[in-house]
Amino acid sequence: MGMDRREFIRIAGLSTLLGLGGKGAFELLAPGRVEAEIVPEAAALKAKRWAMVVNQKKLDDATAQKCIEACNRVHNVPDFLHPPSDKLKLPAAVAHRYQIKWIWTAPFHNVFPGDEQPYLPEEVEHMSFLTLCNHCNNPPCVRVCPTKATFQREDGIVMMDMHRCIGCRFCMAGCPYGSRSFNWRDPRPYIKKLYPGYPTREIGVVEKCTFCAERLAQGLEPACVEAARGALIFGDLADEKSEVRESLRKYFTIRRKTQLGTNPQVYYIV
Amino acid sequence: MADYKNEFGFFAERPKVEKKIFDRNKVVAGIVIFLVMITIPLWKNLGKTVAAPAPSLDTPIIKQLAAKDKKCVMPTAWMRANHMQMLIDWRENVVRSKEQKVTTSRGREFVAPDGKKYLASLTNTCMECHSNKAEFCDKCHNYAAVAPNCWGCHQETGKKLAEAK
Repeated sequence: MGMDRREFIRIAGLSTLLGLGGKGAFELLAPGRVEAEIVPEAAALKAKRWAMVVNQKKLDDATAQKCIEACNRVHNVPDFLHPPSDKLKLPAAVAHRYQIKWIWTAPFHNVFPGDEQPYLPEEVEHMSFLTLCNHCNNPPCVRVCPTKATFQREDGIVMMDMHRCIGCRFCMAGCPYGSRSFNWRDPRPYIKKLYPGYPTREIGVVEKCTFCAERLAQGLEPACVEAARGALIFGDLADEKSEVRESLRKYFTIRRKTQLGTNPQVYYIV
Repeated sequence: MADYKNEFGFFAERPKVEKKIFDRNKVVAGIVIFLVMITIPLWKNLGKTVAAPAPSLDTPIIKQLAAKDKKCVMPTAWMRANHMQMLIDWRENVVRSKEQKVTTSRGREFVAPDGKKYLASLTNTCMECHSNKAEFCDKCHNYAAVAPNCWGCHQETGKKLAEAK
């Protein structure tokens, strides 16, 4: 039997590797193609930290309404206040409570409570502010979710996984902005026109704005930004040359309820 | 017969109760009827075999495909056994990008073993060819008595991708 010391060590080493990690250990050393895999789409819009600037100076009520309509249309957001048929009509108080809100408008004293000065300019006092999920850096909804159905992506978007939501509504209690809505009843009959590009929701889950994650993946801007004609600016906060950073440099902006420490990422030019 | 006694004193004699079933006939008949009723499904199907479903896979799109393109993203036998796990994997990859350490979100591509790329999407990719949900999904699911809840939210028909305005 002719096996020198070197040959023996080589065979022993290889068999140890096989014994320790099986075939996987070899693949670790020389990674090849796995059988089937999932890769990111090339056309997707990517960022380190998505953020939005709402330019209230440019945003009139009609444009705000257009943004809301665009969002509701592409996300199949039901309208309980104005159901498609009279049969589905709910008592006003119930319909109000059942409302699903991804993006909506509210007056200054609701959007920035505690920041109202005694003598605000009349224009600001009567302005309707476009409000949506702030995609906080320190999102309380994510912290309280028991199933991790809501989570923060690496690009900062606070995302919802409807498949995992058990409808406990802790996130609604946690969110200080009222950005989350619960589906108290089946929303499908209350959607005027079903949009095939996005699923509807079921009874018993919580939903909210996702910065149009599904559109970003296809290389499209969020629906509200598209409809706002320049009044909403969306971009990468980590990129110095982005439009978002450009307007943050140029204008003084305020954010909602910063004293709570959630670090919201929707900025308002007032 | 001794008087019935407890720690508070003596009480009247314990009443004598006959040990028998009252209305025996009615009770027994009732029990028999109850047993027959709840086992009716067993009797009705005794000795019968329910044929395994043979869903028709012919949809207009599949018919149009050339013979060499008539294949799924994975081999048919594999799909039959593992499609549920594959759909869960697609879902996790598409929605929960953070846990997958990929920075994009939805609209991921699925690369089949033969190198062909597909969009990882039930409503877009699977249902594009298998557009007959009643045949393709429901027939076997009903047979196996499983009720996947995909369709409570996802929509069956129409073009499924978002469009720019």
